[in-house]
Amino acid sequence: MSTGPGGETGFPALTAAAAEAAIPRRRRRVTRHAVARTLAPYALIAPTALAIGAVLGYPLYLLGRLSLQQFGLAELILQEGPWIGFDNYTRLFHDRQFWTVLLRTFVFTFVNVGLTMVLGTLIALLLTRLGSFMRLLLTTGLVLVWATPVVVAVNIFRWMVDFEFGVLNWTLTELHLGDFLNKDWFADPTTGFAVITALIVWGAIPFVTIMLYAGFSQVPEELVEAASIDGANGWRVFRDITFPLLKPLFVILITLSIIWDFQVFNQIWLIRDGEPEEDYWLMSVYSFVEAFRLGEYGFGAAIAVVMVGVMFAATFVYIRQMIRIGETR
Amino acid sequence: MSAILPRRRSRRRIAGRVGWNALGLLVFAVMVFPVYWMISTSFKTGQNILRDTPQWFPSPATLANYRDAMDRPYFWDNVKNSVIIVCCVVGISLVLAFLAALALAKFSFYGRGAFIVLIIAVQMVPLNALIIPLYISLSRADQLNKLSGVIVTYLTFVLPFTVWTLRGFVMGVPRELEEAAMVDGSTRLGAFTRILLPLVAPGLVATSIFAFIQAWNEFLIAYVFLNDQEKQTLTVWLASFTTSRGTDWGPLMAGATLTALPVVVFFVLVHRKIAFGLTAGAVRG
Repeated sequence: MSTGPGGETGFPALTAAAAEAAIPRRRRRVTRHAVARTLAPYALIAPTALAIGAVLGYPLYLLGRLSLQQFGLAELILQEGPWIGFDNYTRLFHDRQFWTVLLRTFVFTFVNVGLTMVLGTLIALLLTRLGSFMRLLLTTGLVLVWATPVVVAVNIFRWMVDFEFGVLNWTLTELHLGDFLNKDWFADPTTGFAVITALIVWGAIPFVTIMLYAGFSQVPEELVEAASIDGANGWRVFRDITFPLLKPLFVILITLSIIWDFQVFNQIWLIRDGEPEEDYWLMSVYSFVEAFRLGEYGFGAAIAVVMVGVMFAATFVYIRQMIRIGETR
Repeated sequence: MSAILPRRRSRRRIAGRVGWNALGLLVFAVMVFPVYWMISTSFKTGQNILRDTPQWFPSPATLANYRDAMDRPYFWDNVKNSVIIVCCVVGISLVLAFLAALALAKFSFYGRGAFIVLIIAVQMVPLNALIIPLYISLSRADQLNKLSGVIVTYLTFVLPFTVWTLRGFVMGVPRELEEAAMVDGSTRLGAFTRILLPLVAPGLVATSIFAFIQAWNEFLIAYVFLNDQEKQTLTVWLASFTTSRGTDWGPLMAGATLTALPVVVFFVLVHRKIAFGLTAGAVRG
């Protein structure tokens, strides 16, 4: 950490403001401080800004560019493709598969975010009612699940729902819920997506629960007590006190969940052994297959552009809220 | 009457407590079961894994699956790659993010608002949507199949979040503390190393864990950018257990346990430390 005479690291320079007021004779040094203070923040953010610009900004620009080009394997070698205007988009919007995949992705996101939020909220409320030992145990369990890498989780679920020796088929049969022996869950996309949803919701619950529990414990107890004395039941307390107080937190969690679930790729790709059937395609898989399996980089880029657009529209409220937080503080 | 009433109520409360705790135990069991099933399978013998009735506890327990997993080609190469990538990403991102966080927390400057917008908006960009242009630009820069290309990419995806979180931690340090140190005759560097740095330390730990987990768990970029098996990372290595002949569940579960272990240990150990208040005990009231 370098601290030059001008104080590049900056924050001690804040105290220079006090010195400025107290000792007017040292004006020359003060101006030097002032210059350093103007330049310091730019020096501090420069590396981060450069990295983000080079590895996120440029590819984002390139993505838009590619989507307007005929860019296949030959163009990958030539490094430049001919401009074809909006042909990729025209083709995309006339492709029935695109609309099917888009709709499927919307439904998938809605179901996953909904289940994650509802179950996460319920478990967080449960945490507030537990004894201290049980709370520690459950929190530890949640942290354990949270820390499990997605790739590992996919393999565990793949093993649990294995049609021959999976523990799920055996358990369901033993519980007399029907004959599940040798049931292949992925033969039908509906049950296949049920497994994928279970996998994603299972993995997402810990984060939501722990964040919400932290939020719940900050709700003033007097408020809840006063409401209970007035005869409000648990649901009323949640609806009229807890939820309105924690609304910003809910908005953040829902938005983050939408972002994560809308672009799900790994879980689908890996649970289908790197060759997902068309019935399992979500937007990210669709784009990936077009680009890396069929060599249609331009067309794949157009799909990705639509993804980015939808994502920005869906998260607009969140971005606005976060920016407000960032500016006022 | 008035003496009985509270007792009755407390008995009811205890019954409720027990009910909630039982429900808590059930939720715990359901959530943890998949992890338990992975570990338990990894210690079972081949025969006991492929049984019509599942075996709940591994007996006899065996380490054969672990030996098998570690003897697989490229296991140690891939461990080494994962470690190198994670160390570089955590180290570099922490330094860069800390600098930017200082700028955001301690200065008001022209363009600050724009930078904040950038940091937040960038987090909304789906990584999976950028894989195509990233692939093409890295291939132009001759960075495909190289760890450095992956490191730079991970770094950028980790940075926005780390900057944002560290900014919160830096702002959590009361300005009076630094000023007091300066009044007490501390130099600027002294105030920095003795006051700010220790107080921000939990934040640095929390942020580095985040970066660690992101880099260790990432799959798609490593899968697409690193072609040679000896260049790949552990998460990609795990996919090699499934062949056309089927899946080797025992060694796969052993490999999965080994992959998850560093993250889980790190996470569970430090998780409670993060919970400590930032300036707990430094300034009261």
